[in-house]
Amino acid sequence: MNVARAHRPEPAELDAADRRIVNRLQEGLPLVPSPYAAVAAELSLSEGELLYRLERLLEAGVLSRFGPMYHAERLGGGLTLAALEVPEDDFERVAEKVNAFPEVAHNYRREHRLNMWFVLATETPQRIAEVIEAIEAATGLAVFNMPKQEEFHVRLHLPV
Amino acid sequence: MSLTSPHRDTHGEVDPQRLRALLEGGLPLTERPWQALAEQCGMSEAEVLAWVERWQREGLIKRMGLVVRHHALGIRANAMVVWDLPDAAVAEVGRRLAAEPAVTLCYRRRRCSPEWPYNLFCMIHGTRRERVLAVLGDIIERQELQDIPHRVLFSLKAYKQCGGRYTREDQP
Repeated sequence: MNVARAHRPEPAELDAADRRIVNRLQEGLPLVPSPYAAVAAELSLSEGELLYRLERLLEAGVLSRFGPMYHAERLGGGLTLAALEVPEDDFERVAEKVNAFPEVAHNYRREHRLNMWFVLATETPQRIAEVIEAIEAATGLAVFNMPKQEEFHVRLHLPV
Repeated sequence: MSLTSPHRDTHGEVDPQRLRALLEGGLPLTERPWQALAEQCGMSEAEVLAWVERWQREGLIKRMGLVVRHHALGIRANAMVVWDLPDAAVAEVGRRLAAEPAVTLCYRRRRCSPEWPYNLFCMIHGTRRERVLAVLGDIIERQELQDIPHRVLFSLKAYKQCGGRYTREDQP
């Protein structure tokens, strides 16, 4: 149990309209001159109310900015999920070493023999193998490399 | 480079690099957000929309979306559920699992046998572990996956969560 857990902020409260907004907008913003007005109309809200609620949700940290969701592979980059089996006593030290690589985008500790799971994102597909080799050299551990072979599309990212 | 007289090539096309950089920063919360970006990179609103449409059509951008931050909503149980499926069945089961409302991501990945035989990964999030496990149990029953070996890996801690070079969603 880490200390940070004791100081977690209270979860944000969403009302019914907030939930409809979040669920709708995870599907993406329409490419029309007034996209917020179009979404507001779909949800029977005024544009002003939608914008006000979005500002609040962004400030509360519930939503990230509206940005492009890129297909890393089609941008010519490399992307993979990799895992390590890290001895418990060594976990923090290895996490620091792995996180020091700028190509490491997420790193989660998970409950399994393979206990460190991270995403690698690189400028080119070839670079993945180089970074994996460098991580193996830095940690002395074997990297399990599990590149994506097929993506099955979910309609909503996260129903709230 | 002044913003009102952008660099246009001989065909009158604007270099879209600046628009790409602006998009990364996110779309403004104003009535005409594309117009606001257009003014900042010396394009017309129609040109901005045409570029974004083209990038979506070419598959560079999946969509102009937003990401829900699970943690801020109290969604703190994050389970990566992995399955060891026969190669012939993985696509069909993957599609079925992706259609489940509780599943937020579903990928086929390369197996790392013998230590790691699992080839289908999906994510299920919830406020509590018990809830996530109950939802998973229900999915297994309805999808008749009782005979498929699976593991549930709950996350204990996120050590690094930066977007990297481009906006990405939570990756299992």
